[in-house]
Amino acid sequence: MACQCNNEECFIELDKFIEERNLTGESSLIQVLHQAQHLFGYLPRNLQVYVAKKLNIPIAKVYGVVTFYTFFSETPRGENVIQVCLGTGCFVKGADKVMLSFESELEIKQGETTADNQFTLSAVRCVGACGLAPVVIINEKVYGHVQSEDVKGILENYIVGEITTQTA
Amino acid sequence: MKINSITELRKLHTEKLPLLALRQAEAHVGKERVIMVCGGTGCHSASSKELLEELQKEIKAQGVSELVEAKATGCFGFCAEGPIIRIFPDDVFYIKVQPSDANRIIKDHIIGGSPIDDLLFLEPTINEKVKTMHEMSFYKKQMRIALRNCGIIDPENIDEYIAAKGYLALAQVLEQNKPEAVSQLLIDSGLRGRGGAGFPTGLKWEATRKAKGDVKYVICNADEGDPGAFMDRSLLEGDPHSVLEALAIAGFCIGSDTGFIYIRAEYPLAIHRLEVAIAQAKEAGLLGENILGTGFNFDIKIKYGAGAFVCGEETALMRSIEGSRGEPFNKKVFPSESGLWQKPTCTNNVETLANIPVIFLNGADWYNKIGTERSKGTKVFALGGKIKNVGLVEVPMGTTLREIIFEIGGGIPNDRQFKAAQTGGPSGGVIAAEFLDTPIEYESLIEIGSMMGSGGMIVLDEDNCMVNIAKFYLEFTCEESCGKCTPCRIGTTRLLEILDKITKGKGTLKDLETLNDLSNVIKDASLCGLGKTAPNPVLSTLKYFNDEYMAHVVDKKCPAGVCKDLLQVTITDKCIGCTKCARICPVQCIDGKVKEQHIIDQDKCIKCQACIAACPVQAITTI
Repeated sequence: MACQCNNEECFIELDKFIEERNLTGESSLIQVLHQAQHLFGYLPRNLQVYVAKKLNIPIAKVYGVVTFYTFFSETPRGENVIQVCLGTGCFVKGADKVMLSFESELEIKQGETTADNQFTLSAVRCVGACGLAPVVIINEKVYGHVQSEDVKGILENYIVGEITTQTA
Repeated sequence: MKINSITELRKLHTEKLPLLALRQAEAHVGKERVIMVCGGTGCHSASSKELLEELQKEIKAQGVSELVEAKATGCFGFCAEGPIIRIFPDDVFYIKVQPSDANRIIKDHIIGGSPIDDLLFLEPTINEKVKTMHEMSFYKKQMRIALRNCGIIDPENIDEYIAAKGYLALAQVLEQNKPEAVSQLLIDSGLRGRGGAGFPTGLKWEATRKAKGDVKYVICNADEGDPGAFMDRSLLEGDPHSVLEALAIAGFCIGSDTGFIYIRAEYPLAIHRLEVAIAQAKEAGLLGENILGTGFNFDIKIKYGAGAFVCGEETALMRSIEGSRGEPFNKKVFPSESGLWQKPTCTNNVETLANIPVIFLNGADWYNKIGTERSKGTKVFALGGKIKNVGLVEVPMGTTLREIIFEIGGGIPNDRQFKAAQTGGPSGGVIAAEFLDTPIEYESLIEIGSMMGSGGMIVLDEDNCMVNIAKFYLEFTCEESCGKCTPCRIGTTRLLEILDKITKGKGTLKDLETLNDLSNVIKDASLCGLGKTAPNPVLSTLKYFNDEYMAHVVDKKCPAGVCKDLLQVTITDKCIGCTKCARICPVQCIDGKVKEQHIIDQDKCIKCQACIAACPVQAITTI
């Protein structure tokens, strides 16, 4: 999730991260991108250009790496990130149906974010909690033994939760 | 506190032994107790952290802090019954413990001295509640070597690892000071790579040791990407120091002063435990410069993956550490000659490394006697899918699938029939019921069309469609193919398209032929292991479950009732004519008069099954 500070502070923090560790060149790129995504929430084009200049490597190289790894995102993510485990253990117990259920409830496809920026729906491959299959993780909370009919109820927690925080 | 010499380390080990005394005592010795709470991912997700906090709170509140301590430990393996706690020295094993049980555990068990019956495991073979794990059939056939410290020690406490003979193997190797003896001992032990391919570890070390170069690297491959596999994660979370120790031994053997651990960014808990362990080892002088005063320098850095399955492949992993796209390269020259930054590099999997310290402590002969002629030692499997006892199991090589699935795993739930076991993840294949008595070895699994793989074992029952399973794996490999070589990039896409066609009822007999031919081309022509093994799920399902493919293609039916497009929803004569189904149908394809049997127009039906849910008398079924 994106940090709450304004962009400038994020850039200062990123600089600090790079300078403190004396990071330079290609070999530090993935580490720096991890930190950049952690600070900004995603990796927009201007940030990629910034990282390229900072590490003294071609912009194309940075772009190539960002687009290769699924962990890096070029688009902002929603307030709540839903991860549906599609590991084999969950899949054989009906995780695909759970995913379909989320897709139809939120009216988005896997990998997309809702128009109101509330939810991002993504798939993960095995979180290692096969004893609880099928597993869904929303933000940090883990839901075990999820069936497609539970999806609506789970989502309601977050919609209600959001209203409460807004009024508070 | 820095440990300056081998003698100091041995002394420290003796001093720290009492830390584990309660956990190693065989009989009840006194009133003191220790409660070990599982802190593995499975139990963690099922609120074991809250449970630990609650137990610690209750210990204080009930005034027994002098008597008892509650600690987190690594995975016990019995994930299906989590959260799990084990109380020493009386060795009582509690399952499905909730934070709300903390009060009575302290009050009734710790103070009152009587175990709580309803938290005990009901052993199905004797239909009785049992107190210890040794009485449970889940554990009876297991042998814990790699997982030896999981569930025993606190992974975030280096003193406990030292008490459990930690770093003594490194000390022994440094004292002997003969790198060639290190690789020779591993060759003699018969240890083979646990990442899946099964290359003899000692030979790999020997080759890298002999390679010319002043700079060499050792890498721990912790990019566990197989969906359904979580062995490495549990090991790193439960016993991180054993991996660090093994890496240092590898460094000494091949002549390297730098090790890397390449780990998935999706494993935050394992990363945290590794960071803690590395910091502790550095502080203790067990990593860094002049280790134990012997002049040996060795440092370990963590490198994070970023969600690319192909990076589990050795050469792609090296590219990723270098900061590039994780694309594999041709192994014309072995990485032992030219790997990371073109320097001699030795890469080992987490589980392989976890075995190493104990092999040095107990000797090659000890290890060599475990397992079979061709495969030595034990293997950890992540048992999942349609099986009662989902969890992490470690068994000696040569154990049969039947023993793992039906004795340790407890069989298939809900009285369903076993259909197949899938091993090796997207690179492996399915194993049909006729091979249940095959002893597990690297070669025997390949002979029956699957492979050992990293250790995922997913059990499938009669409700799983084999064509759909093959499609599931192909979706995975297709998405994860890095795109560098054509056979893998285009080939897996084409395979997936054909499988999709078959599951939609549009497949032809010619398609089955194409699947087979194309699979063999991809196997032969792909650059790296990902492509070379990607067609395995297709080939093995085609071979052993050909009848299911035929049913999809010829009869246009899915025998397991999974492929939605092939289902036929029909109304049986149980229908009471209540019209509920006709009213709920979104495409108005159900017709019928009140109090008469209704009929579904199959041409219009979209198979949404809303009618099935609406029917009050279960008169609507799928065939």
